[in-house]
Amino acid sequence: MSYLDKEALKVVGTRPIRPDGIDKVIGRASFGADYTMPGMLWGKVKRSPHAHARILKIDVSKALRVPGVRAIVTAADFPNIANEEAFVGEGPMNFRDLSRNCMARDKALYDGHAVAAVAATSNAAAEEAAELIEVEYEVLPHVIDVEAAMAPGAPILHDDMLTQGVEPKPTKPSNVAKKITFTKGDIAKGFAEAEVVIERKYTTKPVHQAYIEPHACVVAVANDGQTTIWSSSQGQFMVRAYCAKLLGVDIANIRAMPAEIGGGFGGKTLVYLEPVAMALSKKSGRPVKLVMNREEVFRGTGPTSGGTIEVKLGAKRSGRIVAAELVLKYQAGAFAGSPVGPGCMCAFAMYDLDNVHITGYDVVSNRPKVAAYRAPGAPISSFGVESCLDELARELGIDPLALREMNAARDGTKTPYGPTLTNVGYLQTVEAARNHPNAKIPLGPNQGRGIASGFWFNIGGESSAAVHVNEDGTVAVVEGNPDIGGSRASMAMMAAEVLGIPYEKVRPVVGDTASIGFTFLTGGSRVTFATGMAVTQAAEKVVEQLKSRAAAIWDISPEAVEWRDGKAFPAGANAGSFEPLSLADIAIKSGRTGGPITAEVSINAQGAGPGFATHICDVEVDRETGHVKILRYTAVQDVGRAIHPSYVEGQIQGGVTQGVGWALNEEYIYDKDGRLENAGFLDYRIPVASDMPMIDAVMVEVPNPRHPFGARGVGEVPIVPPMAAVANAIADAVGARMRDLPMSPPKLRAELDELDPPRMAAE
Amino acid sequence: MPRVNYEAPTSVDDAVKILAGASGLAKVMSGGTDLLVQLRSGRVKPDLIVDTKRIPGLIGIREEGDFFVVGAATPGVMLSGNEKLDHAWPGIVEGADLIGSTQIQGRASLAGNLCNASPAADSVPAVIAARAAVVVAGPNGTREVPAESIPTGPGRTSLAKGEFIVAFKIPKPKPHQCDAYLRFIPRTEMDIAVVGCGTNVTLDASGTCIDARVVLGAVAPTIVVVEDAAKALIGHKLDDATLAALDAAAQKACKPISDKRGTIEYRTKVAGVLARRTAAIAFERAAAR
Repeated sequence: MSYLDKEALKVVGTRPIRPDGIDKVIGRASFGADYTMPGMLWGKVKRSPHAHARILKIDVSKALRVPGVRAIVTAADFPNIANEEAFVGEGPMNFRDLSRNCMARDKALYDGHAVAAVAATSNAAAEEAAELIEVEYEVLPHVIDVEAAMAPGAPILHDDMLTQGVEPKPTKPSNVAKKITFTKGDIAKGFAEAEVVIERKYTTKPVHQAYIEPHACVVAVANDGQTTIWSSSQGQFMVRAYCAKLLGVDIANIRAMPAEIGGGFGGKTLVYLEPVAMALSKKSGRPVKLVMNREEVFRGTGPTSGGTIEVKLGAKRSGRIVAAELVLKYQAGAFAGSPVGPGCMCAFAMYDLDNVHITGYDVVSNRPKVAAYRAPGAPISSFGVESCLDELARELGIDPLALREMNAARDGTKTPYGPTLTNVGYLQTVEAARNHPNAKIPLGPNQGRGIASGFWFNIGGESSAAVHVNEDGTVAVVEGNPDIGGSRASMAMMAAEVLGIPYEKVRPVVGDTASIGFTFLTGGSRVTFATGMAVTQAAEKVVEQLKSRAAAIWDISPEAVEWRDGKAFPAGANAGSFEPLSLADIAIKSGRTGGPITAEVSINAQGAGPGFATHICDVEVDRETGHVKILRYTAVQDVGRAIHPSYVEGQIQGGVTQGVGWALNEEYIYDKDGRLENAGFLDYRIPVASDMPMIDAVMVEVPNPRHPFGARGVGEVPIVPPMAAVANAIADAVGARMRDLPMSPPKLRAELDELDPPRMAAE
Repeated sequence: MPRVNYEAPTSVDDAVKILAGASGLAKVMSGGTDLLVQLRSGRVKPDLIVDTKRIPGLIGIREEGDFFVVGAATPGVMLSGNEKLDHAWPGIVEGADLIGSTQIQGRASLAGNLCNASPAADSVPAVIAARAAVVVAGPNGTREVPAESIPTGPGRTSLAKGEFIVAFKIPKPKPHQCDAYLRFIPRTEMDIAVVGCGTNVTLDASGTCIDARVVLGAVAPTIVVVEDAAKALIGHKLDDATLAALDAAAQKACKPISDKRGTIEYRTKVAGVLARRTAAIAFERAAAR
């Protein structure tokens, strides 16, 4: 069924309080670190202090003598996993790499890489023992930055890494894991037709998702091998699959329980601690808890890539772009698997271009393995492309919104990576931005306005949901996705809408791996779309059952029953004359009419609608300090249909805020030995509340016809435009074109001094 | 396993006795907002922590003749909540008020900020600019020394074994005297100063500067009293030439390091900027009295 008629909706589109809200506000919600078990041990991970080192020997004898120590594990306690692609998490992953990322084997590849772990009866004993584990290293030359890692003579991380995607096949190892290309049309012909060519290089730094909750888990392995995992992640089924593979056990032997999750943003789509805690539990025979501190989160878990973005655009004087070339080099961290692929695909997806050539490189270096981060890869390439478009607009003297409009993708536009777009809401976002009051507010001295757009695919995938009618007429919804953005509320709202009952009568819960069918992890902005579709279908099945139960009570044909406003009615005069039966009326009699009323639906959802956004950012620059103040920010986005508008706005505002941090201050600072110097929130500067104005989230609704309620994913595209929007605003304010992130005060002041050298007072 | 002893004496004499008699590393704690963080991160491993908050007089602000006497463990909220102090020395209150968050303000103290001996301490430049003294108690009785004599380098102080700070003695302002403090951070709050500057000026009736102190933070191993910057102000009104001379003097006094919070070049430039901006505020405030 379709529920696209907005006027007819009673629940979807309203803004009720989220079911997990009160628990979270009063601190009662149970997050990863909140679980304990009788007899539980405390674990501590021993980490490499070197960026690149061969592990010669690990001596645990002193650590084992610490009172209370029950088990110590190293790579020797894990199966040596073969090279095999995994399709479990959000991005590319290899089981061997993941295993070696959780516990270094032979070599430590970055500062903070786990090399051993200990479990003891107290946290203090575990910490003391971890310090006493003696690791003998042969320190090797290291490389941190992406272009240095690609340079001839760079230290090689993996002796067997032969670059994929180049002909002839290389015979010598390098740090380039993969080269990919996307071609549309004839790039040489395009540039030959161009009247203006603009070529620029941009760089971004790796940035962390900065979720507030550090990674945490408790794992209990029973004597018969049956394993229970409590952990905070973006997918209990993902945790189960990875742990089974990395420890060499059957999936059936593991039950993974989802904790509440204190932020993920993609960073919890893989495992770090769970396999280690499982090995410690297996070895000690006791449940084991592992919790990272903030320093460990920064040193040991994946940010997104930093990268270089080389953009070359050819255009007619009219503004029509006739050729677009892009070279992306993404730093993957210690193992292959940067999001350079989606970076390539998203860069020009907002535009209808005839001649495009894109090359991407996936490059390893001695930093933590990257993990997914909101629209993985897209913000990096878009920073370059959207900045370069702004430079082109200035060169041509064309309004940046007009330039985008002129080149905008429309229904039927074939993307450079293949698919043809349908139901495209991009132009509507440009139009809404142009008409927004923010676009017209006059600017003062040192103030500027920047425009940038963004694209993200959004995905569907495997989802399961169950709807159970309780005997008092309330309803339980069980779904398989951890709730990182308010999705439980959306699930309950869709179920309530279909069933015709109040939202408050529906209780949504996130089920563990044994209580709901397989569900792909929370990522790709898929949950409201795909799992929402499963919930809707399950609720529809329940409605069919309710109708047949009413028919049984009335002794008429089920086809003669109609369901509306949460009640069964005879479909017409011919069906007979009966008092309507409410859901509760039917529920209470369900034992006598055929048993419990319940439905579970498992689907592989197709048809996720892409997301487009256009942002306006106003800044004021302090010329003397280089400090950038965000004055105003308006984020326009095609959201399909907003199921719960407040949480859609929250997603947009959160994405923008993270993007502003990425733009202005966030970066990893390494010393000359490759050790991270700012592993904490004091010197890894995400924005604080007072840095941000109230972000105006403008929802354009172009419904996705493939979803019963028209939903599109909304959580990722809002982080795509901000970096370029801020850079373009700074250029507008003070004429300084910042091409290297972060645009921190020292860098901006230096750039301003170059444009206009300060006149020093005579001494 | 590591052990830490904790003492909370109720008199200055007891505190001195405990500190003087301690073996191993003894740390004095007032608010604990630096110490506890360092303890948890493993950067300090004290054998003994002596909490001074239960000693009478260590928390509170009182007036004694021409001085404000601020107990060493007085938390930041009590400084900003004291109308007389806030009116007399808005710069001192501004500096203390910038430390951490609202929660931190409930604990963080002037003495802790001074004795943590970070050159970036926000409450210290304006205190020094006001020519405040500290009362130090120790095995040989008490002594009064200028606040700037306490920190001797990052994390190091001139306090001897058994000594701790009991109070700050801050002179009350003279006519047409006032102060200002500014710091630069990349964000808007909850950060450590890249550069800080406290400026204290006294004007005559015509608005000409007759006395001044300019104190810079985070541009050298300790907080710097910039004599040449004061000289640039004294005898002048705040015109462009004076501001330029002040800027140059402040920059010349900088001996910063390049670290994760700022480069030498950047810190030096911003020191000049903040010297000018604090002078402008302090002049305006002083002229208004």
